[in-house]
Amino acid sequence: MAEPTRTPLSTRERNESEAALVPAESLKAHLPGVEPERRLNDWGRSERIEGIFDRTVVDFFYRYWFRVEVEGIENVPASGGALLVSNHSGALPPDAATIAKAIKEEHPHPRPLNITVEHFFKGYPGFSMLIPKIGCVAAHPANVHRLLFDEEQLVLVFPEGRKGTEKLYKDRYRLRRFGRGGFVQAAMRARAPIVPVCVVGAEEAAPIFAQVGMLKRLTGLLYFPITPTFPHFGLLGMLGYLPAKFKIRFLEPIRFDEEGLDEDKALVQTVAHDVRASIQENLWDMLAKRKSVWFG
Amino acid sequence: MDSRRILVTGLSTYWGGRLAQALEAFPEVEAVVGVDNEEPQVELERTEYVKVGAQHALLRRVVEAAEIDTVVDTRLVVDSSTTSPSKAHENNVIGTMNILAACSGASSPVRKVVLKSSTHYYGCEQDDPSFFDETMERPQLPRAPIERDIVEAEESLKEFADKNPETTVTILRFANVLGPSVRSAHIDLLGLPAVPMILGFDPRYQFAHEDDVVHALEHAVQQSVPGVFNVAGDGVLALSEVAGLLGKPYAPLLPPFGTGIAASALRRVGVRIPPEALNQLRYGRGVDNRRYKATGFRYQYTSRETVLKLGEHLRLHPVVRGAQEPYRYEREVEEFLRWSPHVKNARDERASPLSRDQLAELRRLLASFAETTGLADGDGDGGGAGAPEAATRTEERLDAAEELAGAAEERAAAAERAAEKAIQRAKKAEQRAAEAALKATERAKKAERRVGAAAEEAAQRAVAEVGERAVASVPPRRAGSPVAHYDDLAAEEVIALLASLEREDLQTLREYERQHANRARVLSAIDSVLARRETAV
Repeated sequence: MAEPTRTPLSTRERNESEAALVPAESLKAHLPGVEPERRLNDWGRSERIEGIFDRTVVDFFYRYWFRVEVEGIENVPASGGALLVSNHSGALPPDAATIAKAIKEEHPHPRPLNITVEHFFKGYPGFSMLIPKIGCVAAHPANVHRLLFDEEQLVLVFPEGRKGTEKLYKDRYRLRRFGRGGFVQAAMRARAPIVPVCVVGAEEAAPIFAQVGMLKRLTGLLYFPITPTFPHFGLLGMLGYLPAKFKIRFLEPIRFDEEGLDEDKALVQTVAHDVRASIQENLWDMLAKRKSVWFG
Repeated sequence: MDSRRILVTGLSTYWGGRLAQALEAFPEVEAVVGVDNEEPQVELERTEYVKVGAQHALLRRVVEAAEIDTVVDTRLVVDSSTTSPSKAHENNVIGTMNILAACSGASSPVRKVVLKSSTHYYGCEQDDPSFFDETMERPQLPRAPIERDIVEAEESLKEFADKNPETTVTILRFANVLGPSVRSAHIDLLGLPAVPMILGFDPRYQFAHEDDVVHALEHAVQQSVPGVFNVAGDGVLALSEVAGLLGKPYAPLLPPFGTGIAASALRRVGVRIPPEALNQLRYGRGVDNRRYKATGFRYQYTSRETVLKLGEHLRLHPVVRGAQEPYRYEREVEEFLRWSPHVKNARDERASPLSRDQLAELRRLLASFAETTGLADGDGDGGGAGAPEAATRTEERLDAAEELAGAAEERAAAAERAAEKAIQRAKKAEQRAAEAALKATERAKKAERRVGAAAEEAAQRAVAEVGERAVASVPPRRAGSPVAHYDDLAAEEVIALLASLEREDLQTLREYERQHANRARVLSAIDSVLARRETAV
């Protein structure tokens, strides 16, 4: 799972004169309408398949296995686009699904969450089919912008990306570098607020003891971790989470109401740094208050 | 609409023909000229076909002579299964360069260039955005040869736009087109008993309906919309969804690894998957279609409706296959339909070889000739007096011809009625009866054709005779209209009369027309008849 770090295509080759002809606001009116006969949306998301997962696996883990506790759910806006930024960990990260479920369960206005993932998943057979159906979107700046600005939806990014999920158990809760601040740029361009999210428990639920580089190359996977259940229990072993207690804290949104903030590289870096710092501080705070890994 | 004189390149392609047909319907369009190496595949009413490929020197002459102000290039090959890679390259890259060369330069009358391109421009890669917008370049270098060609063609057009800032340049990138009459590799794939897929992939697809494609091109001709635009129906479908809409199972036949090898094996069995489609079957593609909508264009079909329409066609196709005779371009027939005085209107002509109006017109013409001869030879010297008689005689003959035509027409109608009955019976007895009906229709057509020929011959003979008599007996006319009551005639009526007039008369008529009504249609018709006469001599 990743943050949109690639050089934004959309900004790189933007033809000024052409872009000026059609203001972005007026294009919003031309978004394709929803066809009620369809089961999938334009991103390939299927409410049916998502619902099946949600009612079975996710529900079980959320309620009984991780016993998720949520703080500050009111910080997630009830309408309009918003960018959720979270820390990231675990071999097959359980954090994304639990955050999505938390919004569905606890929020007064439950909304679907779009989870950004590495482009890798689009190229891997099986994943490529399944991942978009359950609400994942490739982490491309243009995708994030369309979701935030045009469709006014909730988007979840993990700025640590692969660096977060690769890190070993000994490095738990120590945030990796927050990319090049692409996520801040995306939020500024769309004038959508950033909501920092802290997740405690995921590191213990899916600890990684080692990474095997050779097997990674052999399988063509993003990484090949050694966890308590993988690889000796096979692919399903990826789902073999330990029953750690999950706590999720949504922090105060950071708003960008001015236009053209994303041009200011220094400001982008400062905001990215601030977001990272506030997540890290809150993680330390939550860890300090936690009495037991398993019971909270 | 500032486009009045339009050149359509690639007239023999499906799109060239469809667009020319659509442009013919606009009254404000003065001229539609189509160029291609091959003959057009559709019936055209007033589009002039010039057999020329992409030789820029020749094209330039056509453009300048006809004062073309708008060039629509529909020639681009965007499906590599239709031709060989080298031919596609020649057509897409070299051809586009030549056409642009024919349109550029300070003296060029061209003010607008529209290119029909494809969303294959973007390719399909793993790290693509979910919706390409027009400002995005390809993230990676083109992989398939056809994609390379499209990128190159667009680049040469962008260069042209930079060098000719007064010219409006529009590039329309169309998504995969589906529809009942167009042919493409994707339609062939979707027409298989099961939709082939790559195991473990469910790519996103966006489609444009063939009618929307023609309307989009029309829109670019009618409005001034400089820039690049994606044209694709609303909604992006997963391929599994497409299979569901078509009511077919999907078959993940192609392995995720070594897909190319499997595809070449499939080619031996007759399933052709071009390289650009192979990538699309893996990664899929969606485009942002909002910018063209913002220029005022409205789609008739969403992607979903486009697929549903194709599904209807695919189910119907095995039943109606071969019922329609394919159109064949015959230069002589086209010339006859365009220039013969007996053709008043291509549509009327089909109903009756010589319409009532036309007959009345002929009669009026004869009367006017008789009158002129009577006036000129008022003193009476024998020869002149014979003319009116001859005229009445021919008139009588004409009446007879008319009767004949009527009778034959009735016979044709009866034959047609029989055919209809046969068709009805055919519905019950299916295959065998259908064949009988076809034969019957053919016979009816033959009868019709025979009647047409007979009536036409009679009329022609009559006109020729009267003309001869009149000319022989009448000294050079006063400088006025060579046809009496000329000013009462509508443009179509005048044009219908042209071929029966002598060269001198035509010139007088042209002079007269220019000084009086000055109707562009009439003038150009006279010119073309004159030009034809000269070449004939």
